[in-house]
Amino acid sequence: MTHPLLSVQDLRVHFPVRSGVMLRQNGAVRAVDGVSLDIAPGETLGLVGESGCGKSTLGKAVVRLLKPTSGSVRFEEKDISHLSQRALRPLRRDFQMIFQDPAESLDPRMSVRSIIEEPFIIHRIGNRAERTKRVNELLDRVGLPTSAAERYSFEFSGGQRQRIGIARALALKPKLIVCDEPVSALDVSIQSQILNLLVELQQDFGLSYLFIAHDLSVVKHVSDRVAVMYLGKIVELAPAETIYRDPRHAYTKALLSAIPSPDPRARREKILLEGDVPSPIDPPAGSAFGHRIKHPRYEESVGMDLSLTEIAPGHMVAADPCGLTEQDWQALQTGRIP
Amino acid sequence: MNGTNGNILEVNKLITSFETDRGLLRAVDQVSFSVPAGKTVGIVGESGCGKSVTAMSIVRLLPQPAGKILGGHVLFKGRDLVQASDDEIRRVRGGEIGVIFQEPMSALNPVHRIGRQVVEVFRLHQKISKRDAWDAAVEMLDLVRIPAPEKRMMDYPHQLSGGMRQRIVIALALACRPSLVIADEPTTALDVTVQAQILDLMARLQNEMKMSIILITHDLGVIAETCDEVVVMYAGRVVEKASATELFANPLHAYTKGLLNSIPTLETPSKSVLNTIPGMVASLAEHTHGCRFCQRMGRSLPGTRERPAFSEVSPGHWVETCPECYQPA
Repeated sequence: MTHPLLSVQDLRVHFPVRSGVMLRQNGAVRAVDGVSLDIAPGETLGLVGESGCGKSTLGKAVVRLLKPTSGSVRFEEKDISHLSQRALRPLRRDFQMIFQDPAESLDPRMSVRSIIEEPFIIHRIGNRAERTKRVNELLDRVGLPTSAAERYSFEFSGGQRQRIGIARALALKPKLIVCDEPVSALDVSIQSQILNLLVELQQDFGLSYLFIAHDLSVVKHVSDRVAVMYLGKIVELAPAETIYRDPRHAYTKALLSAIPSPDPRARREKILLEGDVPSPIDPPAGSAFGHRIKHPRYEESVGMDLSLTEIAPGHMVAADPCGLTEQDWQALQTGRIP
Repeated sequence: MNGTNGNILEVNKLITSFETDRGLLRAVDQVSFSVPAGKTVGIVGESGCGKSVTAMSIVRLLPQPAGKILGGHVLFKGRDLVQASDDEIRRVRGGEIGVIFQEPMSALNPVHRIGRQVVEVFRLHQKISKRDAWDAAVEMLDLVRIPAPEKRMMDYPHQLSGGMRQRIVIALALACRPSLVIADEPTTALDVTVQAQILDLMARLQNEMKMSIILITHDLGVIAETCDEVVVMYAGRVVEKASATELFANPLHAYTKGLLNSIPTLETPSKSVLNTIPGMVASLAEHTHGCRFCQRMGRSLPGTRERPAFSEVSPGHWVETCPECYQPA
């Protein structure tokens, strides 16, 4: 295998919790708590999980909109996790981000042209005429008329605004785009337009995506591999087809069964998870998932190494007695892959 | 007590308009459907299709003074709610008809404790002492499966998770044992696992309390899993109406087909091109003649300026029979 474009090793992002008169730190939100993953050139890695599981924080840390607490983020072999903003700037053109709410991520006081042009100005690329030409090309590429350039983002519908956000992200010909819930605010018919556009752009430009979403059908549609995140940790990572056909972790199984299927004849029994995701401020000592479902083997998992282990070629799952079937757990223990 | 043909609610040629700077906009344009007792009717469509305005017209919760019901009837157990006095409608709303809103945070008052808000519903609609109302409220929270309900009564809304808040809103809607519940996107703001919990809870309560539900959603998956009957709305009109099994097996209107084909399912091949509906929902300010969906598709056919007839093409399956958009298999 060639070198991955992005390689994340044991990444942690903790936010301090302060209280009292002296604002002394007396805890931390462990939003991302030991995540490792790779993204190959041209690949889409889907990242799913419930709200509050840390998936957006992970996305932001990968493009250094947040500084990781520990661990490394290597982009094309270069560790960017602790670079200064100044050292980062020339590298930034290679990794971009698309946000969930295009209304909030586009400045309402800037024309569409200035929004898309801004990256060129910051990176001192081209003169005015060249920039105008590039902006027009980009608008055309994302399916907006050239006349859109002189208008303001609030004059557009949600789907069109997302196209503007995509044009801005594409401007500097990045290699990786982190898409944070890019279609969850859109209606289904518009959602499919944007998904088609993202897939098309990937094929044309050889882009890699880290595609964050809570909708598993959408994630499966665009991803080559899928990572399932639960309370700051990845519990399962496998090729997209595999994770849907043969999920091994109980949390993945529950998530999949919760997707409403648009076929009334296929009403299935759901695996209902009790309660909500526990707070990442004081996460349970053992398996966070086992704690939520009050698994009988939870006590056993305290102090155990629950990191990802290969259970089948290319199929990683957390070595967690609360998340695996007895058979899979035994197989992992003895090193025999079923 | 029930209305005609075992229907608890009959909406008949309802017209709701909004007064705006651009003139009178018809958000609901002659919408008709009925809700059989004990059944769930889903209203589906994209944002701006008039789903919520239809539902809010039923209980007359329209933004004032802009929103007005200009025509039609809403027969609830035989009574016309359009003609009802303000007093009457206030008794029905929250009493015999419960409403569940999408955003639980904005449906709850942030400065009052949960207990006070649930107790208030009982005190408003029933002659009941404070003590009894409190007990009834605790019982209600227990019914919607909120753990430690006595303790939660003392909490403020912000102290609860999204799923728990939505349970409170459901408790408020169900407090007076309504015979009809209007749920406007009750799970849209929630995670799939929590959505599954809430839908399961609503189905169980529906069984226990024998109520009818109008469920408004843009999620066809949710419709397929919970509804008996489905009403598809586009630009203020009902374009198709059928039982859920029939609608998903045999969609007849181009808009319904477009919606169904544009969602990726777990069976769709990865990275394949998804079907799309070009453009977006037609603006209500533009002309109201002819077929609204043809307008979106950029079709302007001579002789189609008349509004297409809404006809029953097979028993129980109604569709707008525009020559272009009515597409039988």
